[in-house]
Order: sequence, then C-alpha cells, then structure tokens
Amino acid sequence: MFHVKHSGKRKSFDHATRLQYRARMQSFDVLVVGGGHAGVEAACGAARMGARTGLVSFDLDAVGAMSCNPAIGGLGKGHLVCEVDALDGVIGRAADAGAIHYRMLNRSKGSAVWGPRVQADRKRFKAAVQQAVAAQSGLTLIEGEVAALRLEGGRVAGLEIGDGTVLKSTAVILCTGTFLGGTLFRGEERFEGGRIGENSAQRLATQLRDADLPMARLKTGTPPRLDGRTIDWASLEEQPSDADHWTMSPLTKQRVNPQVFCAITRTTEAAHEAIRANLHRSPMFTGAIDAAGPRYCPSIEDKIHRFGDRDGHQVFLEPEGLDTHLVYPNGISTSLPVDVQLTMLRAMPGLEQVVMEVPGYAVEYDHIDPRALTNDLQLRAIPSLYCAGQINGTTGYEEAAAQGLVAGLNAAAGVLGKAPPSLDRANSYMAVMVDDLTLQGVSEPYRMLTARAEYRLRLRANNASTRLTGLGIQAGCVQTERAKWFEERENRRKGLEEVFNRKISAKVLDEAGLPVRRDGGDKPISEWIRHDGVGLAELEPWLPDALSTSDPLVAEMAEDAVYAPYLARQEAELRDLRASEKLELSADFPFREVPGLSNEVVERLEAARPANLSAAGRVPGITPAALSALLVHARRRQQAA
Amino acid sequence: MSDTIFALSSGAPPAAIGVIRVSGPDAGGALHQLTGREVEPRRPSVAKLHRSDGALLDEALILWFPGPATATGEDLAELHCHGGRAVVAAIETELGAMKGLRKAEPGEFTRRAFANGRIDLAEAEGLADLLSAETELQRSAAIAMAGGGLSRQVEEWRDQLLRLAAEVEAALDFADEDDVSGLSSDFEARLSAFSADLAEWLARPRAERLGEGFRVVLAGPPNAGKSTLFNVLVESEAAITSPIEGTTRDVIERSVAIDGVPFTFVDTAGLRDKGSDEIEAIGVGRAREQLKRADLVLWLGPEYEGPEGSWEIEAQIDKQANLVKSNPDWRVSAKTGENLADLKHALISAARDALPKPGEAALNARQHGLLKEAHTSLCDAMEHSDPLIIAEYFRRALLSFDRLIGRATTEDMLDALFGRFCIGK
Repeated sequence: MFHVKHSGKRKSFDHATRLQYRARMQSFDVLVVGGGHAGVEAACGAARMGARTGLVSFDLDAVGAMSCNPAIGGLGKGHLVCEVDALDGVIGRAADAGAIHYRMLNRSKGSAVWGPRVQADRKRFKAAVQQAVAAQSGLTLIEGEVAALRLEGGRVAGLEIGDGTVLKSTAVILCTGTFLGGTLFRGEERFEGGRIGENSAQRLATQLRDADLPMARLKTGTPPRLDGRTIDWASLEEQPSDADHWTMSPLTKQRVNPQVFCAITRTTEAAHEAIRANLHRSPMFTGAIDAAGPRYCPSIEDKIHRFGDRDGHQVFLEPEGLDTHLVYPNGISTSLPVDVQLTMLRAMPGLEQVVMEVPGYAVEYDHIDPRALTNDLQLRAIPSLYCAGQINGTTGYEEAAAQGLVAGLNAAAGVLGKAPPSLDRANSYMAVMVDDLTLQGVSEPYRMLTARAEYRLRLRANNASTRLTGLGIQAGCVQTERAKWFEERENRRKGLEEVFNRKISAKVLDEAGLPVRRDGGDKPISEWIRHDGVGLAELEPWLPDALSTSDPLVAEMAEDAVYAPYLARQEAELRDLRASEKLELSADFPFREVPGLSNEVVERLEAARPANLSAAGRVPGITPAALSALLVHARRRQQAA
Repeated sequence: MSDTIFALSSGAPPAAIGVIRVSGPDAGGALHQLTGREVEPRRPSVAKLHRSDGALLDEALILWFPGPATATGEDLAELHCHGGRAVVAAIETELGAMKGLRKAEPGEFTRRAFANGRIDLAEAEGLADLLSAETELQRSAAIAMAGGGLSRQVEEWRDQLLRLAAEVEAALDFADEDDVSGLSSDFEARLSAFSADLAEWLARPRAERLGEGFRVVLAGPPNAGKSTLFNVLVESEAAITSPIEGTTRDVIERSVAIDGVPFTFVDTAGLRDKGSDEIEAIGVGRAREQLKRADLVLWLGPEYEGPEGSWEIEAQIDKQANLVKSNPDWRVSAKTGENLADLKHALISAARDALPKPGEAALNARQHGLLKEAHTSLCDAMEHSDPLIIAEYFRRALLSFDRLIGRATTEDMLDALFGRFCIGK
C-alpha cells in the first residue's frame, strides 16, 4: 500500500508535489480533509479498518497541532480521549508522549466523574501525532488546499485540489475546523481566516453554502500567550503533576517527559475594572460578534459581565512545552483590544511584569447544523460526505477527535461493507455526543460534560477499554499490539473474578477491626467493598499476595463491584430503550402525515430525522402525545410496507 | 410482544356465556390443542374443549382469526364457553399451563390493537372514557385528571428536581473551575421539603377508592338484622357493575352509587366464635378478613364489642325486645325505614371525607407506584453524601416522573393509557 513516512520537519516542495502526482493516479476509499484532531482520528481510523485512505491538508507540517490550549482531557473530555484510545485511536498515546503535567480532575468525587487531563508539550504532542500518522499503513498524506468536492449523481465522488488535481474516493470526511467563514476579532481589529497563520478554504466553503445545508454561526476564543520568563513564579501557588503514575493510554508503559508544575493566579478587582472600562471595545459587546459562545468556557469579559459580584477568577498558568518559554493562561480567553489585555494581565499577582507574546482573540465561524447528519455523521443531503469536529458545532480537541474516529470508522465500514463498532448511549460518551448533536443540534459550542451521559456510572474513563476495545477488535479497527494487550487483560480478569467472589465472614472482619456488623454473615469480597470504610486496601490481608490493589484492572473491578447495584437497576431502563429503538423511522418518514403533530414538532422532527422511536423521544420539544401518534403511524407504515 | 395473552372478555361469571380471547403467535396452537383439530378461519363452529389429560372441559362455540387483519392485529381465537365460574376458571387454567401463554395485563388487548395500528389514539382514549366513570364523583375526578391537574403537578415537581439536580451536576462537572461553588446551604432543606411534599400526596386517598367505592361492612352475630339492613341500603340505589372482585359465597357485596358517591356494601356471615361447624367457621374467617378491609364497619353486635371505629347500630328499633344498646350511634329500622335516610346521609358524608375530593386529581395504582419510586429515590439521595450517587438517585426520580406523565418512553405511555381498560376489552 502507498504509504509515506514523513519526518515531522518541513518537507520539500518536491516531496509534496510527488505525492500529489502519485495520488492522482489512484483512487481512495476514504479521503479526509484536514489534519487536526478530528482529521487524524478519521484518517487513521478509516485506515485501521482497512480502507485505502488519504489525508489532505494544506500544510502537512501542521498535522497534529494544538491550536488552542496545550492540554488534552478534562472532565468528560478525558472520557472521550480514553474511549478514542480504547478503539486504538491516536490522541491518548500522543497525549502521553507530550505530557509534561498530569492531573486527575475531580478526584474527591466518585471515580465515574474523574477527569484525566494532561498538559502537553506542543512540539512533542505534534511529533507523536505525525509519527502515528506516518506509521499508519494504508494511509496516504497529500498536501494541498481542497478547492472543491467532486459530486456525481448527488453523491460525493472525490476532491479537487487547488492545483487542479482530482482525487477520486468513495467517501469524503470534512474535518476542517473553523474554516467556514471564519473571522478573527481582537478589539476593533478584524481578520478573515481560520487560525492565526492559516488560510481559510473559501472555495469549499462557498460550495457547501450552495448545497443549501442548514448553517449557523458560533464563536470561540483564546487567551493571550505569555512569556514565562517574565512571570514571578515564586509568588504563586504551585500545582504539581500528580505523583501517582497514571497515563492516558494503558499502552503507554510509563511517563516519558520530565514533569513540570503550573501555577495558579487570580484576576483582581483592578483587572476587572480595566475590562469593564473597555467593554465597549470588545467585539462581543459592540455587537460585532453576535454568535453564541461556549457557556461552559466563557471569555473573561463574559465572566465579568455575568458574575459581576465575584472579586476574582482563577487563572491557571500552564507551560506550553519543555523547550519554550510560552505560557498559556487558562481561564482568560478574550477578544479585548491588545492594550486592555496587557493592563488586565499586569493587574494579576505574579504577572506584574509579564510580557504578552501573542494577544488573545475571538473567532466567529459558520458551522453545519449537526441535525443535518445521520448518526454516523454522514450528511443526509450529500450521501458519503461525512463531517466531524468543530464544523459540527463542537468545541475542544477531544470532542473533535471522537467525532473524527466515529466518522472514519463509519465511512470505512460503509465503503468496505463492514459493520462499525456498535456504539450507544449506554456504552460510550462518543455515542452520547453524536446522539446529542444529531438529534438536538447546538445553540452554543458543544462541550462534553459528564452530566450529558445518563448512564454515567457505567461510563468511566478508566473502564473505556473494557467497554470498547472488544467491540473495536470485532469491527477490525484495533491493531495487534492493543488486541494482544486486551486479550491478556481479559484472561487476567477471569482469575481476579475468582478472588472477588471469595467469601469472608463478618465475624472475621469484625475481629480484624473493620466497621461491619458482626452478624452480617458470609459475603463475597465484591459485596464487602460496598460497605463504608471497607475497601480493597482494608481487605488486603484476605487478598492473594500477588494481587496489587494499584493494578488498574483490580481497581476497575473493585469500582464495578461498588457500582454494581446501581448498574443492575439501569438494566430494565436499557431494555425499554432498546425495545423502542427497534421501531425504526425510515430516512423519508413523512412526519407531516402523522395526524395530531403540531407544525413545530414536525419541523423539529424533520430537522433531526431521528432513526427510530427512541431517538424521536430525545428530540427536544417532543410531547408524549406526539410520540404516541408517531408510534401508531410508524407501525401502520411498517405494516403497509 | 411475542407472548400470547388470554383473558375473559365478557362480564364476570356466573353468566350465560363467557367469551375468552386468546391473542398472539401461539393462539392457533392453543386452539388446536384444546379442540384437537384444525379450525376453519373466520367461521364459527362448535367444538369440544379438552384438557391435556383428555378430560372434557366444555363444549364451546369457537372462532379463529389469523392475523394481522384482526381486532388486535395478531392471531386471535375466541372461545364462547358456558359462563359458569368453574368452567371459565378451568379453561383459563388450561390456557395458562400452555407454553408461551399468559393471562393478559389490564388493557393489554387494546394496547396491542393500538400498537399494531388497528385503532388510533383517539379511538383508544374514547374507549377508555366509555369504560370508566359510573358515578358523579368518579366523573369529577376523571375530569380533573383529564384536565391535566396531575400532569401540571408532576411538571412542577420535575422542574423542582431539575433545579436540585443542576446544582449537583454543577458541583460534579465544574467544581474544578472555580466559578461554581458546592451545593447551596439550603440544598438539604429544599430536598427534604420536596420529599415531604411527595409524601403528602402519597398519603392522599387513591383513585381506585373511587372505583372500589367506600367499603361499608355490616357485621355482627347471626340474626342481628344485617342482611335486612344490607338489602334496604343497596336496593333502589344505582348499581355499579365495574369493580367486582373477590366475591365469595359467604360474603355478599353490592356496589352502588348514593348521591353520586360510590359505595360497596358488604354483608358478612355472622361472627360467632363457639358452636359453629367447620363450614361456618370458614365463613366467619372470611367475615373477619372483610372487617380488616373495611373503610367503615356498621356493628350490629353486642355493644362495644365491634372493631374500633365502627358505628354502633341498633338495627331493629321496630321491635322493642331488641333494643339492647345503651348508647348507639344510630337507631334504625330496616323494616319501617325509620332514620334510614339520616344514616345514609352520614354514610355519604363519611365517604366523601375518605374518598378523593371532587375535582382533585387522585393517583391510581400506577401513578402511586411511580410517585412512590420517586419519593424513595429522593429519600435514598438524602442518605448519601457522594454527589455522584445523589445524581444517580435524582436521575431515577426524574425517570419516575417522566414515566408518570408519559414523557419517558412510549411503552410507558401505553401502559399508562391502557392500564385503565378492563382485561380483555
């Protein structure tokens, strides 16, 4: 298979041209446009499935760049990273390769909401991604600006590159980020384009607009970048990397980089004053930007405006890498004019002398209403054209990566006539996100939250492999190394199950001083660890010597045991859910013909086109009466067919 | 819906005929097993029904409708058998023993017809209305329910719960982001007030009480005049036919509406401890059971010996010799009708207090069960301090609310809608 090793350093022009020439000669199963987090996972995922895949980017050097904050993971987001990793994706191992600071968020809460997060050295992360992409067999890298989609008979049939080269393919995945009509805002300044220093693919954007897809506008922002050498670190509270040795991916044997600490500062009244005095110069408040921004990750001017009573907001000072002095101040994304940004920064403890290397800015961009997509992220209006990432109205690397993977696996499965891993709301955050996007649409940039997953207790970041790797092996998107690791792990599980089933009598535990009722009888270890004050650590004397309580599999099984009663209760719910999933609504289901549905309900259903009755129930604004009418009508049509 | 269901579709036995319906994929097999022969579709015929051991059950008129063009949209068999209690029971037992067959849930035939697209929602609801409300009080409560009284209340609870849940979710998802503090200081108080509100609703009279009526049991020793009083209380009143259950030979029940208020009057066998033969002892045992189920006991026995809270009745004031109570609540004569009107008024007023108030949405068993689930989830949530577990209990409570008003899943909505139908209709 055609496969290009590429060094990570800037390639020569000749090299890229040669690629294009050879690519022209062949046709692809799947072409991916864009080399961000979504594009990388889409391309590698499709290639792992066995599809002849091409990744087209106008700058192959930018593949794997972290365009905003130098961190991967977080609450809900860390779950997505672990899930993508469990299906043998790239982002988890690349995060480990770049990680210079590990922090498990929410550790004081139950493990289902722990959020693994790393700060990653930009260069090292990017290098790891590029290495993974280069090493992926079946994947061809193509440098060039995509000018247009090739359409044949209403379906997508390939791409046209800026120099006129035509690439044929059966499916195309757009992972183009904020390129659609992107406008940059900084105070009174405006720039057309996507991210700083990149072109925006205006020709493709025009073509998509002409396709009459439902579009909307969103905004996102980024904070200024600081010169770390001008920060008074000594005066600030330090936040060290977690001392225990967890990693994002179970395939990462150990942490590879020296760990750095970050520091915490706060905005001050003086900083707020500077912002308030200049709100009239912020594009958001002058009306220049009227798109909705992320409620969950607001700009600093938004925070000041909305939480006026707060006297300060936390700001994390995160180093961008081991061999750069750039520092990312997390928590103050802003589009204020440059002079105001500096005034605000210098009003914060530790930043009195700070030098601002790059000012913050806001980006306003068009996105496709994701309700125009089916649940495999394919555009209903243009079959075999898939969309993933920010173009669908999401924010964040992790959300992008997960969508990229879903689109890549589905596109490849579609072309090859295979079955993709069956993901649903009960087995993955990825499916929760895709379901939310395609049924509910977005009114602000979509960010993953654990609150979005109703079956949260079973969807832990640390059991992602258990939930998904088996499904991935079945679908054929998991390569040998992980498959072997998983098989060994499942074999080990069998032995551990025997340990968890061992019975201990209450009397014995009571005599050992554990807080149990003496008359509690004999119970297996899996039940004892549900008791307050009885954990695996306390039960150590009754566990085999060879068993380590810090073994991730042991810890996972212990958590399973603790949550088991709650999960058992959810089973009945899941049966109900699956029963109503069986009543399918065809792609051309005439919602308008269903008696008794209001116009508003019909419009919502037509926008989201739920694939089955259960999904219809999740479309916002659907009343119980509307659902029942839908049910009857759907059955009648099924019978008539 | 793969199993096959059956139920008596005609009125309660004894009756001239009993119509048993069997619907589902095994209906044809069941018919074949009972009759021992192939049955021609859509043509009535007479057949002898046999038990699996060969014993004759009954001779019946049988009908066989292969699906899907049937009332339920499935294979459907009808057995028009003799309407005696024993005959119907024996055939039902035989059907119940067959593989894949089970007794239908209330409303299940209609639900299948609905689900299989044989009738639409409007028809189904029309049927439900037709089947319910026999008394004025029932009608009034039904209107309150139909007018959305309970739904509005549940939506309000739902909002209340969502507000509490949002706090927990914020604590879970944004705790590390500094702009969200922990749970508000009055969180526990609000949760506990909320839970108390549900408990108050759970304690209210249930909707079934409207169907069953206010249960008045006449009790006392033999020959105290119970049956005479029973007869004058129920005769000339409008009989209610729907809520018949547990009628036995030893206990006679009549359901009537007096001034629009539903009553079930129960005449028991005489209560006597000594000197009774075995059969009578059984009757006495049943009478004691009735006393436990009673909303009110009219006590015609020796003064102060009746169950607590019963009304002391002097029942035969037309006979001087029988004036035995020193301080009865009521002195009546079934024979002359003296004071009977007053007793009835008092009964009506007692019943009105005990039954759901007119115009007030009353919970039926399903709604009560779901509200209780929600309440239990809230109580469980209060037992825990881990926000993750609190959130899970809140999610459960929300699901119960959603099921209550049919927001959760369509299957639930159907259960809600069709739970109201009599079996087999």
